[in-house]
Amino acid sequence: MSKVTLLVPRSIPMTLPLITTKVPAGFPSPAEEYLGDSLDINDYVVKNPSTTFFARVEGDSMVGKGIMPGDILTIDRSLTPRHGDVVVAIINGELTVKTLYIKETMKLVAENPEYSDILITGEMDFRIWGVATHTIGHLRS
Amino acid sequence: MNRVYALCDVNNFYVSCERVFNPTLEYKPVIVLSSNDGCAVARSNEVKELGIKMGAPLHQIMNLVNRHQIQVFSSNYRLYGDMSNRFMSILERFTDQVEVYSIDEAFIGLDGFGHYKLGQYTRSIVKTVKQGLGLPICIGIAPTKTLAKIANHYAKSLSIPGGVLKLFNEYNIRNALENLPVCEIWGVGRRLSERLTQIGIKTALQLRDADPKSLQRKFSVNMERTILELRGQPCLALDEDITKKKQIVCSRSFANKTTDFDVIRQAVSYHVTRACEKLRKQGSIAGAMTVGIRTNPFSQNDKQYSNAITIVFPEATNDTTVMLNAASQALSRIYRKGYLYKKAAIILNNLHDSENYQTDLFHQLPNNSRLMETLDIINRKMGKSTLRFASEGFEKEWEMRSERRSPSYTTSWNQLMSIK
Repeated sequence: MSKVTLLVPRSIPMTLPLITTKVPAGFPSPAEEYLGDSLDINDYVVKNPSTTFFARVEGDSMVGKGIMPGDILTIDRSLTPRHGDVVVAIINGELTVKTLYIKETMKLVAENPEYSDILITGEMDFRIWGVATHTIGHLRS
Repeated sequence: MNRVYALCDVNNFYVSCERVFNPTLEYKPVIVLSSNDGCAVARSNEVKELGIKMGAPLHQIMNLVNRHQIQVFSSNYRLYGDMSNRFMSILERFTDQVEVYSIDEAFIGLDGFGHYKLGQYTRSIVKTVKQGLGLPICIGIAPTKTLAKIANHYAKSLSIPGGVLKLFNEYNIRNALENLPVCEIWGVGRRLSERLTQIGIKTALQLRDADPKSLQRKFSVNMERTILELRGQPCLALDEDITKKKQIVCSRSFANKTTDFDVIRQAVSYHVTRACEKLRKQGSIAGAMTVGIRTNPFSQNDKQYSNAITIVFPEATNDTTVMLNAASQALSRIYRKGYLYKKAAIILNNLHDSENYQTDLFHQLPNNSRLMETLDIINRKMGKSTLRFASEGFEKEWEMRSERRSPSYTTSWNQLMSIK
């Protein structure tokens, strides 16, 4: 079973400071020292703002990794790609998102049995555009 | 202590930005056009090799464009602006002395590194920018800004591996200056270089070895500074605090020439609105505003007219409503019937920090700061001109062509690049 811990979203504490300042005397609010613990999703998703880019996913080749058509991928170009990373790569001028294998042979692997692996050969114009770090999609349509 | 300056700039910046998001453009000849799709303002190396010059009008090079299948783009300033900000913030990670010199170049200060370390360090800047943004850059390093510019010029034209060129010892500096025409020196424009050539100074080396005092008398103190800088004596410091502009200019040519007062007023209102947004964004207020209009000076047939008027505000302001009102009055004073107007411009001058400005007791302008703040927030979130002043109009009849603009890949959710 998955466990979900609820975190306090930003919108709630924003209104609190106004309420506490309205009490000129008396006890300070017991919540006061916890103020400022608001969350910004950017802190979680975008570690390096200057090198992070967003892209829209087309197609279903990565559904096995939870990357659905129409999702927004966050890509951090400053990361050095490692074996098993989900990467955005350029093959012969086209952008594609796949899992990178570099042990033994170098290949791009789809996370969907309907797609075959792409072996990287010397003649290919192959470059890594960046390492994908998150996928963002709508759960409610 | 000896100073070390480095000029970092992006190779063929606009073209390189287009290539990051459209990898099919790699190795292909690419041109980016000026606003209104007039002439080439950025060229890939392939295009330079075809002999197409900077500023070549598109209609004159259409043959070459078709024959070599040159990819032509309108300028996409939102994309370039965003990539520029990212570039500058990467540079700031490497040194706290950064002077943003233009959209695609910055001077940085690198005092206190040994020469070996300096090469290594700057090559890692080149690598970090290439990996992080996909943009190729070159760095020229020298004891003065003028020499750093020259070092950068050679790093680029000689395609130095690693993208870094240092100019420190006399032998290298001499070689570099000997082959450089004076017009290529930073701060020596075409007119100055013509005058220098008349007195026999053709190369940068000849200028360096000329007498600074006598040239100062003939030209100006700037010429003396340039000579000293070429000799390795720094006269120009880093101007780090240029993030706050001292002047804000918004101007553009109209797509079609017009005589219509209302169309011109809409364009002026649009520029005022944009200029005020920029003003508030940098936390400034303006003491004066200049409104200018003109016909096309290059047209042989049109009657010529140009005029500008400067309004000094009783109290410096950043309130769009105040400025729109003033601009509208100013425009009706300079507008003359019967001319075909080509361009309108707004310049905000005499800028102060809005924080520590003394207000005038006797001239209380309306205080719309909350309204302005709300306006800016909405337009930033929902897109430019979501909320606008009625005087900006709805049909932008004056707006220019940009038929070949690429998507705003980094600034608009519905224009992201798509990946299969």
